[in-house]
This record gives sequence, structure tokens and C-alpha cells, in this order.
Amino acid sequence: MFAYEFMRTAFVAAFLAAFVCGPVGWFLVLRGQSFASHALSHVGFAGAGAALLWGQPALLGFGLSAVVSGMGMGMASDRVIGRDVMIGLVLSLAMGTGALCLHFLTRSAGAATALLFGDILGISPSSLYWLGALAIGCVVCLGVMSRPLLFASLQPDVAEAKGVNLRLLDVLFLALVGIATAMCSQITGVLLVFTLMVAPAAASLRLGFGPMLGMAVAFALALFEAWGGLCLSWLSDCPASFWIALLGSAVFAAANLVAHLRGR
Amino acid sequence: MSTPAIEAGQLSVSYGGRRVLDQVSFAIPPGSFVAVLGGNGAGKTSLFRAILGLTTPEQGYVRVEGQSFGKGRMPVGYMPQMRRMVAGQLNGWHMVAAALQGRAWGLPWCSASARAEVNAALDAVDAQDLAMRPVMSLSGGERQRLLLAQALLDHPRILLLDEPLASLDPARMRETTRRIYDLARERGLTVLFSTHDINPLMGFMDHVLYLAHGKALLGSVDEVMTTPALSALYGAPVEVVRADDRLFVVADGGADTLHCCDCAEHTR
Repeated sequence: MFAYEFMRTAFVAAFLAAFVCGPVGWFLVLRGQSFASHALSHVGFAGAGAALLWGQPALLGFGLSAVVSGMGMGMASDRVIGRDVMIGLVLSLAMGTGALCLHFLTRSAGAATALLFGDILGISPSSLYWLGALAIGCVVCLGVMSRPLLFASLQPDVAEAKGVNLRLLDVLFLALVGIATAMCSQITGVLLVFTLMVAPAAASLRLGFGPMLGMAVAFALALFEAWGGLCLSWLSDCPASFWIALLGSAVFAAANLVAHLRGR
Repeated sequence: MSTPAIEAGQLSVSYGGRRVLDQVSFAIPPGSFVAVLGGNGAGKTSLFRAILGLTTPEQGYVRVEGQSFGKGRMPVGYMPQMRRMVAGQLNGWHMVAAALQGRAWGLPWCSASARAEVNAALDAVDAQDLAMRPVMSLSGGERQRLLLAQALLDHPRILLLDEPLASLDPARMRETTRRIYDLARERGLTVLFSTHDINPLMGFMDHVLYLAHGKALLGSVDEVMTTPALSALYGAPVEVVRADDRLFVVADGGADTLHCCDCAEHTR
């Protein structure tokens, strides 16, 4: 299967997506913001559709709209309005805009399907440079902010008292979630971002690893899902996103079983 | 005369459009164990937030050890109420350790000295057995012990404890108060301990800071917990009753109000 360039490209793209989704997803689950990635992927869908209409790359439109929306979510004060209400409103607006874009994209139904369900085998080798730069930038930023982010996630009141800027961290982190969502959507599609972003991280947390090891395990599990999905897709001729979703559920179920057996 | 550990002068603070502290002045001597009493909405948490620099006073000032520290730089350990605590599936040890140098940028590595400090804080509150369990599996009282360990990190000279007895049964209340008192005496800490019920603190506290209707009254138990003093603070007749070495504050003499020290708040 590695004789084909599109397969080699797919494996590298899957590695880069897992590299970002593992640690970002770990914080996302820890902070109870899993739904944010789902919402941002829908916002990104609208952005990608709009970009295609303007003849721009879908990844560019997806990334920009997801990052801007993530920062907007972070800036919205949860003391004024419930975070879940805000995310729900953004999601509804994005779905409506996405529907509008789909209406105009009927000449290219394949593009819409690729956005919704992913098209990992269609990623061009030149896209890997973009994905690689985004992955490195995203993980470096997360690494720099991970200590105060962990503190703020677990104990917001104490962190604020110790001088941690909660709002700044919220905005920066959700911007990173936007980038990670854009990368992940290239692999799994908009509708299945949850499987690569949340399932490995939730399994890692369920197993009780500490922050550093937990993020590493989340990356390893995401990589297992992504590469496993590609291999199974090759063998079965079924979509990779289906296998990734199936492996994500299996990994989480297995982690729950292990945690239960260990008395956690 | 030594510099007060915490000093407020003409301090006014509003919360949600309501002035909860109105030109309050007091000076807390260093090394004292102070019960901060008052009903819901009396301004206990607002006072703590003002001390920590998280709330900007509308008027007046609050100083810690005679200085106005920048946010996050004062020698204060803070134990908040548990309502915003993310229980999570992390172990208790990692939750406590997250607070150590938590405002510094970088990866959440723990050096050997950092590990030793976290372990020492857990030992101080007898919480090593809790440290290896997921926080979400711990009871309210067990989580309180972890939060207390967290407040002890970075060697604070002052502890602000916001409702540390909430969700504890009476026996645990007394045990927790004694643990905090022993720690404070051993380390020479100044402690502000907010609570609804004064009785678990009887025999431990040096002073009472009673908050009601935006006003504050600081003094010894015998000075503050009297019928004339609290009637003046509330601006209405209340009665302080001692029964079986317990104190009750009663408004309008209703027998069914004889439950806790701040009944006046609820029956007015």
C-alpha cells in the first residue's frame, strides 16, 4: 500500500493530525469543552464552503472561520451568558450558512461530501507543508501555555487569584482548537471530528495518566485510530473515516473496561 | 505595633449592582485565626476577592502586610468554594501539583523539588492516601483536604479559606478546624476562615469578623457575639443565645430559628 504516493501522503497527514488532536483534545476533554470542537467543525464547514465558492482552498476557509469563531467563544463571558448557549447559537448560525453554501456548491457535490466526511486519500502532497507548519505551530503554542492552562482548567478561582489571565487562555486555547479542528476535518470530515479529537483524549483521561503522559497517550491513541483506519480502509475498501470512528469508539470502550477493572 | 496582616480602610465593594461592603475598615493582627461570619450574600467571598486583588474596590483600600501587592504576587494561599472545581479524572496529586508555579508559561513538568513540595503539602493535611485517587471519586470533605493542601503551596503567610466546612458533617467540621488551627499555629499563619456557623470554631479563633448589611465588626468572640453589638450591626434587634457552649444568633425570638449563627439574616 505504500507503493502509492496518495497512501504515503495520507499516512503523513494522519500523523500530523494525530500529533495535534491528541494533546489539544486532552485539554478539551479535561475542560469539559468537547462540544466546542463539534461546533467549530460546523463553523469551519461554512467557512470552507465559502472559500470554495470564492475559489480558495477549503482548508484556508475552514481554518480561518474556526479560529475566529473559537476566539469569539473564548471572549464571550460565561458570567454574562452560559457558554453552552453561546456555542449552540454559533452552531445554528454555522449550519444555516453551511446549508446556503451547499446550495451554491451543487455543481461540486464531491467537494461537499469531502468536507462532511473527509477525503484523506485526496490530500495533495503539497498540502502536507501547510499541515506540518500548522501542526508544529499548534503544538509549540500549546506547550508554552500548557502549565497555566492546566491550572486554570482545574482550579479557575485559585488560578485567577495567582494572577493567571483566564480570558486570555480561553481565547488562545479555543483558537488552537479551531486549528486542530481544521486539520482533523481533513482526515475525518466535519461530522467525525469528534472521533479523532475527543475519543483518544477521553480514553487517556479515563486511564488516569498525568498531564504529560496523558497527552502523549492521547496522541498515540489518535495515531493508532488514524493509521488503523487507513489500513483497514485499504483492506476493506470502506471509507477511512468509518474505520476511524469505529476504532475511536472501540478504544474508548476498552479504556473504560480497563479503568473499571483497575477500580477507577 | 506590628504591621497588620490584612488592613481595610473605608473599603466599598459591589457585586451584581449591589454594594456588599460599604466603607468597611478593620485591621487583622498577624498570626491570628479569624472567623469571617455572615449569611449568604453578606460579602464574605467579595471581601476575599478584594483582598486577592480580583475585585477593584469602588472606594477605599485593602492592604496585605502593609503593601498593595500585584495580582498573584501576594503571600496568600487561597482555598475557594468548591463550586467551580473541575472534578475531572486526574488524580488528586496532579490537581494539587497544577497550582505549583501554575502561572509560569511552559510544560507542566514537576521537578524533584516540586514533587517534594507537593508531597509535603499533602502530608501536612494527611491527604497522601487521596492523592492517587481520581478527584471525581472523592467526597466533598476529601476534596476540601486537597484544596487545603493546594493553598499551602508556595509557603503562604496568610490563608484565605472560603467556606472550608461546607458539605462536612459536624464531626468532620471540628476535625477540619483543628487541622487548620494546628497548621496555622505551627507555621505562624494568619487565617481568615469564612463560615456560616461559628460553633465548630469555638475555642480555636482569636477574632470574629462579622459581616452584615455591608458593615463589618471585628473583635474577640466576647466583644462581637453579644446582643447589643450584633443588634447595632444589623440595625435591628437580634439576640445572641449561649446554650451548651454553643452560640446562636436569633432574630425576633423564634424558637425555630435557633439553628445557626446567622439566623438573623434568614428571618428578617
